[in-house]
Amino acid sequence: MNFQGQLIALYTITRKEVIRILRIWMQTIVPPVITMTLYFVIFGNLIGRRVGEMGGFDYMQFMAPGLIMMSVITNSYGNVVSSFFAAKFQGHLQEMLVAPVKSWVIILGHVGGGIIRGLLVGGVVTVVALFFTQLEVKHPLITISMLVLTATVFSLGGMINAIFARKFDDVSIIPSFVLGPLTYLGGVFYTTALLPEFWARVSAFNPILYMVNGFRYGMLGVSDISIVSAYAIVIAFVFVAFAVCFYLISRGIGIRD
Amino acid sequence: MYWLAPASRAQSAVMNALSLRNLTKVYANGFTALHGIDLDVAEGDFFALLGPNGAGKTTAIGIITSLVNKTGGTVEVFGHDIDKDLAAAKSCIGVVPQEINLNQWDTVYNCVFNVAGFYGLPTSRAKARTEQCLRELQLWDRRGETSRNLSGGMKRRLMIARALVHEPRLLILDEPTAGVDIEIRRSMWRFLREINEQGTTIILTTHYLEEAENLCRNVGIIDAGRIVEHDRMSNVLRKLHQEVFVLSLTDPVPASLKIEGFEYMPLNEHEIEVEIFADQNLNQLFAALNAAGIAVSSMRNKTNRLEELFMRLVDRREQERTERVALPELQV
Repeated sequence: MNFQGQLIALYTITRKEVIRILRIWMQTIVPPVITMTLYFVIFGNLIGRRVGEMGGFDYMQFMAPGLIMMSVITNSYGNVVSSFFAAKFQGHLQEMLVAPVKSWVIILGHVGGGIIRGLLVGGVVTVVALFFTQLEVKHPLITISMLVLTATVFSLGGMINAIFARKFDDVSIIPSFVLGPLTYLGGVFYTTALLPEFWARVSAFNPILYMVNGFRYGMLGVSDISIVSAYAIVIAFVFVAFAVCFYLISRGIGIRD
Repeated sequence: MYWLAPASRAQSAVMNALSLRNLTKVYANGFTALHGIDLDVAEGDFFALLGPNGAGKTTAIGIITSLVNKTGGTVEVFGHDIDKDLAAAKSCIGVVPQEINLNQWDTVYNCVFNVAGFYGLPTSRAKARTEQCLRELQLWDRRGETSRNLSGGMKRRLMIARALVHEPRLLILDEPTAGVDIEIRRSMWRFLREINEQGTTIILTTHYLEEAENLCRNVGIIDAGRIVEHDRMSNVLRKLHQEVFVLSLTDPVPASLKIEGFEYMPLNEHEIEVEIFADQNLNQLFAALNAAGIAVSSMRNKTNRLEELFMRLVDRREQERTERVALPELQV
């Protein structure tokens, strides 16, 4: 199959993923929006008023980019891990595996679905945030690129999780025990300037800190991390995660006998 | 051992649709599913790959369709080596797996249309082929329904439509009629005969040996990861030394009945079972029955002929295996 054929296959996989997202919008779009609305109401509106300023901004304004990024991370990851594992579990992943679809097309098609869901939920959460606070975008290109790169990293992460998953429990272990804690400790709700020096140093090992701060820099123009470091980390993770995915899919690990 | 397909012997110019050489599969747990099998299927053939459960049929199909990684050997599909040109080999194959593996939330239409996309068909061509395949398999009227709402037979037909959407030259069907009623099974047979006559090579695995006997021109029997028989269906059936017929007699079976030259066994008041060996024929049987003054109202095969042969081959190999296992104990 020539390159044009591969692009058709890529479009087909992405289209299939988008149809899935829209078909089950009550599961894919609504719950994260409700969760984020509750964060805005409880942490932003009720508790946030007592917190005052953070990083030079009203707490609600400071927190909004973090919550948007959190929804992008969890939804891009969740979309690919559930869709790919369901395809593996039900067996219809074989449709792609027996066809002459290249490994990079299978990866990009699913990652495309993850990015689209991440951006869709992130967009709706942004609209919700506007009901609670004023938001402006200082650096639109940085904002968008940081969102897309982060969604890419976590879509790839979701795919790796799905490749290794053998049962439904395996799909929820990483989000519950790794992704959740790293996200909450990734500067969504606070600036690392508040942390004791030791814990601030420990936080530097958390990649989500770079993504949240890179995005916050794009929106508000403030960050605990230099924007160059943020880009370096997120781009490095994209390449490493893609390489791992490509190796696993090409070798058939977790998807072929 | 090197097997040549009968069609290849008869017409060497015909290309092989499938060529397996020394194909070996050892699973991670050490189980050897395939012991270096060789198999050729000629282009245009309707080929039956038979064997008991766990014989290695599905493993072989899995390797051919790249769902299972092989341990050794080579696979060529229309001359495309899967190690060197996997994409070209894949483009030639349509596969209908044993298990129903449709995306149960997709519509019937999308189940087929998406697969057309996976094979790189442009949208207009994909739409046309999707409609054509769904119409041929009598599913066009159900195109808007989700696949999970279809009956078992319809799901099987949908999987065939899905496998044919990219017009494969080789169609592999792994027990396609399992669990479907006889009416649907026969309509599927008609359809498969038609597409085979139009030039599609078909490899069929089935537990319904009547199905293989009716449809296929050549047969390979696999047992415990080895090919134990590979020939024309007619030659394979000729190897049977005997057939058993059940005769229904017009009058009750006489107590002192003797059929000259034939062994028989009464089944009930009106039925007898008669064995006919390779050097005998039905005319001789009826002549002997006439001489004994017996009138026959109807007759039927006791068992499917291929089934009989299949069981003998498998039983023989099972006996050989048992003897091999027992040998060290005897030596001690």
